Order: sequence, then C-alpha cells, then structure tokens
Amino acid sequence: MTLLAVDGLDVRFGGVHAVRDVSLTLDRGECLAVVGESGSGKSVTARTLVGLTGSGATVTARALHFDGTDLTRLSEPRWRAVRGRRIGLVLQDALTSLDPLRTVGAEVAEPLRVHRLAPRAERPARVHDLLTGAGVPDPERRAAQHPHQLSGGLRQRALIASALAGEPDLLIADEPTTALDATVQAQVLDLLDALRRSGTALLLISHDLSVVARLADRVAVMFGGRIVETGPTEGLLARPRHPYTRALLAAVPGARTRGRRLSGPVPATDGPPPGPDGCPYARRCPAADAVCRATVPPLDGHGTRCWHPASDTLTPEPVVTPQKTRSTDREERRRRPDAATGETLVEVDGVSKAYRGRPVVEEVSLRLDAGETLGLVGESGSGKTTLARIVLGLEEPDTGAVRLDGQPWSGLPERHRRPRRSHIQAVQQDPLSSFDPRWTVARVVGEALARTGIPRGRARTLRTTELLDQVGLAAALLDRRPTELSGGQRQRVAIARALASGPRILVCDEPVSALDVSVQAQILDLLEDLRRDTGLAVLFISHDLGVVQHLADRVAVMHDGRLVETGHAEELFARPAAEYTRRLLAATPLGAGA
Amino acid sequence: MVRPRAALRLTGRAAPAIAAALLVLIVLAAVAPGLIAGASPLETDPVAALTPPGSAHWFGTDQLGRDLFARVVHGTRPSLLLGLGATALSVAGGAALGLAAALGGRAADQVLMRAADVLLALPPILLALLAVTVLGTGSVNVMIAIAIAFVPGYARIVRAETLVVRRSGYVESAVVLGVPRPVLIVRHVLPNAVGPMLVLATVGFGAALIAASGLSFLGLGPQPPSPEWGAMLSQGRSFLATAWWIGVFPGAAITLTTLTVNAVGRRAQRRFTRRTAA
Repeated sequence: MTLLAVDGLDVRFGGVHAVRDVSLTLDRGECLAVVGESGSGKSVTARTLVGLTGSGATVTARALHFDGTDLTRLSEPRWRAVRGRRIGLVLQDALTSLDPLRTVGAEVAEPLRVHRLAPRAERPARVHDLLTGAGVPDPERRAAQHPHQLSGGLRQRALIASALAGEPDLLIADEPTTALDATVQAQVLDLLDALRRSGTALLLISHDLSVVARLADRVAVMFGGRIVETGPTEGLLARPRHPYTRALLAAVPGARTRGRRLSGPVPATDGPPPGPDGCPYARRCPAADAVCRATVPPLDGHGTRCWHPASDTLTPEPVVTPQKTRSTDREERRRRPDAATGETLVEVDGVSKAYRGRPVVEEVSLRLDAGETLGLVGESGSGKTTLARIVLGLEEPDTGAVRLDGQPWSGLPERHRRPRRSHIQAVQQDPLSSFDPRWTVARVVGEALARTGIPRGRARTLRTTELLDQVGLAAALLDRRPTELSGGQRQRVAIARALASGPRILVCDEPVSALDVSVQAQILDLLEDLRRDTGLAVLFISHDLGVVQHLADRVAVMHDGRLVETGHAEELFARPAAEYTRRLLAATPLGAGA
Repeated sequence: MVRPRAALRLTGRAAPAIAAALLVLIVLAAVAPGLIAGASPLETDPVAALTPPGSAHWFGTDQLGRDLFARVVHGTRPSLLLGLGATALSVAGGAALGLAAALGGRAADQVLMRAADVLLALPPILLALLAVTVLGTGSVNVMIAIAIAFVPGYARIVRAETLVVRRSGYVESAVVLGVPRPVLIVRHVLPNAVGPMLVLATVGFGAALIAASGLSFLGLGPQPPSPEWGAMLSQGRSFLATAWWIGVFPGAAITLTTLTVNAVGRRAQRRFTRRTAA
C-alpha cells in the first residue's frame, strides 16, 4: 500500500485557484520531485500535506490518504500528532525557520519534547546523534550555539536534523538547497539521498529541474496549479513531451548552451488569454491553439497534460535559433591572442581588503578587456562581492590599486571619480532594494539619464521608453513602482538604468540568482544580446557555475578571498588546474560536461 | 447578543470614520469658528455668570458670563497652532540634527547625540518650562520651548533611519550613477529617512498639544482673555467645586483632539509601512 496517495487535490484562496486537480503517490524509500516556478502551486501543495495551508484556504480532494489516514478529516490536535512525527517538513530559509533566541540543540530537541519521544535526560544524546546524522561536524559545540552563529549550510542541516527527530515516514523538503552554494548543496542532497535509501519517503519541492534530477525517482512538473507532466526522472529528462518541461530544461544554462539562447521562442500569435478551463500554459506556449485555450487536456498515457505533446527526444542542444554570426564572432575573438583582443578597461592589481582585521580579499589581480565577459565564480564569503564593490569604487582597497581606462580609479576622492562613473555601471542581485521605494520606473531610469545631460521632459521620456524597449519592457510600465513589478521586470529595469549612461563596463553581482530558471534564461539572453549589440564588457559574478559556463569568455575562480584560477572558460572547465575548481565542478548538479 | 470580538471588529472599522469626521470638525473649528459657534468668546455677561450647561449656553458660562461653547470652539485655533507650530519646529530641527549626526562624521555624531542624551534625560515638560523661563512667556516662545524638548527624540529617529538609508541599495546605485552628494541627500536620503518620522510626528503632535496646554495652564502661554484650552483649564481649576463645566469642557477638547490626531496618525503609519514594505 502506498504511503501517500493524493487524488484530485484542489486548493483555493478566495478567488484564487492555487492548486487544481493534483494527484500523486509516494512510497517508502521513494523520492518524488515537484518542480515548477514561483506561483505554480508547488509549495501550496506541500503545505497542504502537512495541514499548514492556512485559514483562508479551501482544500478539497477526492482522496488525501497518508498511511491509511484520511488527512482531510484531521482536526488540528490530530494534525499536531502527525506533523513533525509522521510527516517532517524542511523549509527553504533556514535562518528564518530557526528561532533566533534558542540554541540549535533546543530547536532540534523540540520534536522529541513535543511528541514525548525521549525523556529529558536522553535528549542531549539524541540531539547529538541527529546532528551527526545530518552531517553537522562538531555537534556538541553546534548544539550549544544559536542559529546566527552557523553558516547557511549548517543551518539547513540543523533544520533537517530537527525534521528527522520524529523519525518521520515522509519528509517534505521545500527548496532545501536554493540558498546554498554548490558544494554545500551537494552535501545536503547527499544527506537527503541517504535518508531515502534508508526507507524515508521524500517529497522534494524545487524550481530547478537540474537540482532534483540526481535525487528523484519520479518528477512531477507543475504549472499554473496543475501537474502538466509526470514520469520517471530519466525518461522525463531525456524525452520531455510537454512544451513547458522542454522550455524548463532548455533554460538550464551550462557548457552545452554556450552561444545559444536559453529562453524559447516567443509565442507567434498573441491569441486571447486561456479561458478558466483552458490549459494554463497556453499563454506562453508557441503551439497553443483555440482548443488549448478552451479546454484543459487530460493526462495522457505518458503522463503529459498537453494537446500537442512533442514526441522527439530533447537533443543535447535543444534550442532554437543558433546565431551563426555571433558564435563565429566569438570563436574568432577567442582564437585571437589575448593581448590583441583590444584595450584593457579594468585592471585590478594586487588588491587586498580586510574588515576588522579579517581579510576578505587578498592579493587579487585581474583585468577586464573591452567586449569580453569575465565570469567571477565563488561561494558565499569568498570575497567576490567585496571585489565587485572595489571595482565599482564603492569600497577602497587597503592595498593594491584599480585602474579604469588606464587611469587611476581607486584611491581617488569621489568627486574625481564622479565624471567617469558613466563608464562603469552595476546591476545588483536584488533589484528591488536598489530602487528608491517611492520612485516610479520613469524616475528610476530618468535619474540615470539626468546624469547624461538629457533635459527633463519629452526628450527624457522618449529616451527612457527607448531604454525600456531595449531591455524588452513595455512603455506602459513607466508609471509603476518597483513593488508592482515581477522579479524579472525589476531586473530588466535595473539593466535599463545601468545602460542609460552608455557604459562600456557592466558589473553584475549575482543578477539572476533570485530568479526562477525560466526568468533567469530571459535575463541571461538579454545580457548576451546587449553585449553583442553594444560591445559591453561584463564582469559577471555568480555562485552558479552553469550560468558562468553559459555566458563567460574567461573565468576567474575565487576562494577564501584569493583568486585560485583564471583562464578561458572552455579550457578552465575542461581542465581545471586548482583543486578547489575541481571540487566546485564536481558539486554542480548536472556536472561540468553536461 | 453581540459577541465581544464582533463588537471590537465593528468599532475597529468605525473608529477611523469617527476619527476622520472629528478631524474635519476640529479643522473647521480652527479655520472658521464663527460657523460653529455664533456667540462671541470674549463678550462678558455678568448676569449670566456661572450658568450651568443648558439650551442657552450648551457648555454653560464662566465666572464672567462668557459662553464656554464659543470659547472652546474659538480656542481651537490658538491651541492647535501651538501644537502644530511646536511639532513643525521639532520635526525640522530633528531632521536637520539627525541628518547632520548621521552624515557629518564621527565627531559631529558624538557631539550631537551626547547632547541629545542629556536632553532626553530630562522630562520634556520640565525642559520646556526651563526654556520658557529663559525666553519669556507668549505663544511663539512656548512653541520654541516645546520644540527644544522634543527635538532630541526626532533627531534620534532621523539619525537611525539615515544610517539605514545611507547603506541601502538605492543610495549605492545613485553613487554608481554619479549623483553628486548634495543631490543624493536631498533626493534619496532625506525623503526616505524623514518619511517615517513625519508619520510619527502626527502621533507626536498630540504630545506637543498636551505640553502646550500644560504650559498655558501654568500661565506661560497666550495671555487672557484670549481663549486657549490650557489657559481655560487653568481658570476652571478655581471653580471645580462649584462650576465643573468651566474646566471639564476645555479638558475634553484637548483629550478629544489628541485622540483624534493619534488615531489618524496611527492609520497613516500603518499605511506607510505597508507601502514601503512588501
């Protein structure tokens, strides 16, 4: 008998139909991954399974059985006996999920106490075992510490330890590795894999197909509240039949996508939006027709909910419009000896920076040439953001110097730097915080244009509209505030603002790490287009090797404040010289060669 | 029977409407008192002295036979002006000093904030009293005195907000764009740092109004016979045993005005935080 059987689950919040007709089953020792972008209903589904949908939700289902118990009939006290004991939940953000005022040990012991699983005297020993089991080194010391004293990876593992304290039969993990670095992510996934093999059922929620691929036995892809495709992982990844699954897979950046577009073709016809009973993906689908918009397709024998499923395998290079002119350009540029590729725009020479005696950046030297993309890779705490701030002239190096266009840049008073600021612009990770919350899009971009001397009024509005158009935004957004935009739109506005002054250098600090895979694909394509059209030199900072492999001409790897390796992207990834680079590559979900 | 929760929810919904209506009334009384109260606030009528509230005189009359309703209504403007003026002065002073402390370097910060500590250590009303003693009585001096007492609190808030705003992504973005420092301060730092304080100031206005009334009560504010709530309260004190209405109605006016402005202010505060969050 299956451990978890969900049939025809519907969740509504007022007028919003968040989850529609979702059916899934899960057995002990099995891992099912539910994949989808934000708003697809995957997290709501997960929360429904632990009875945490909230009071505003209406949950109905033909069947919602867990180990013979009908979950829809559980009262809140009965739920409490199930939650944490039979079904464990690991949330995405370990920092906000752990009580900042309690020690990690107390947090992990909580289920033992609440469910009376261990007498007080035995709890420290159990906590010790749980933390050890979750791969937390030095568990005694960690148990006595508070969450803020732990790194992100350790916090996530402590959270998993606490979820495992009740020895649940089913563990639900909602984006358990999203905020983590590649090597830490690999450790957490290994830990989850070990659990699965020991007989725990695992429901993994993620926006990233590539992350779950190595762990899941089966995958269910969600879109618009519905499961659009489901099946065994291997088959689904090799022969995706639903256009959304295909787009999702194609959007994953990596070595194989170099020089190609990640986002699919835009739907040819802007047909009417799908009706309430239509296929939710019809709005975006290039193959959508009137039937798709009118009625939702049933799940077919292959587990695909589509009127026009694809039948061919997804080729290793799946996507669309190869851009011949450009890739030959790039090949040619790559063949030329470095010294001749053009002038050096940024020169970082032996730069070091320490905060309160703790070195953050040590003896880093690199250069950025005209028209190239330099990928700066490193995990959190490696000093890459500090280095970016030094390059931007927001932070002064303790030793060493930065030169811009061959002239001194660091060590100058701001008023000497100001006239040259238009040459070097920035796109930050979190665009929302980089906008004045009171300002509209027009004012945000207008401020940048004002610096270039375009007078207020029609001329500026015109130029703002042009810039928005360049980054693929409609002029209708001019009067919106940043909070009224989606994550992808915000990042586009940030790019438009950076382009306003006509810079030659763009410093992008994790510009896509807060975005869904499909939105990330669009932004990466946009950056590529801009670079091709304007000849921008880009310093692209990321913790995601796949993104860097996709985009960068040259790559610099940072670790503990030091530059461990620099080289041409393809060579570096094919033959990494530094031990750290090899570790980083091994930890990347799809593997370096994929 | 109305369940207590439901009743609470009902007043929760009705309260803003009531507060808004009262605010309109208060503003009307301040702008055009003649429209509400026909009688003169200054005209004496010894025959009708100390008449209790009734149909002829809604709030009764005082010891000189002046109509108390007219005096309370006509007293709105001077009382409000005192509170408003004091609040405006303290907000302006607080914004200037807070910005200076946050942006002026370590030395300025230390000097200003330690001075603020000293002032904050004294009860505001005592501080204001001291200031009036030095400056002399009168409406303007009362405003200045109250402002001196209230400035340190506002300066603290603005300084804290400024320190946050200064490290924000959007200020950094403006630096990267090459926006000159003065422009940056006026355009980004000032509005974002002072915004939260303006909302607090609506609540602070109530405190300023009470402080002003307190100083008037002690005879340091506007001088008789001009109708001002604090001064009227002071007069009423001598007649509390025989003519309670002389003291009670001006006192009620002060309380009601303070509550109204606080209610409206808190609502504005909630809306403000909702707008900047999310």
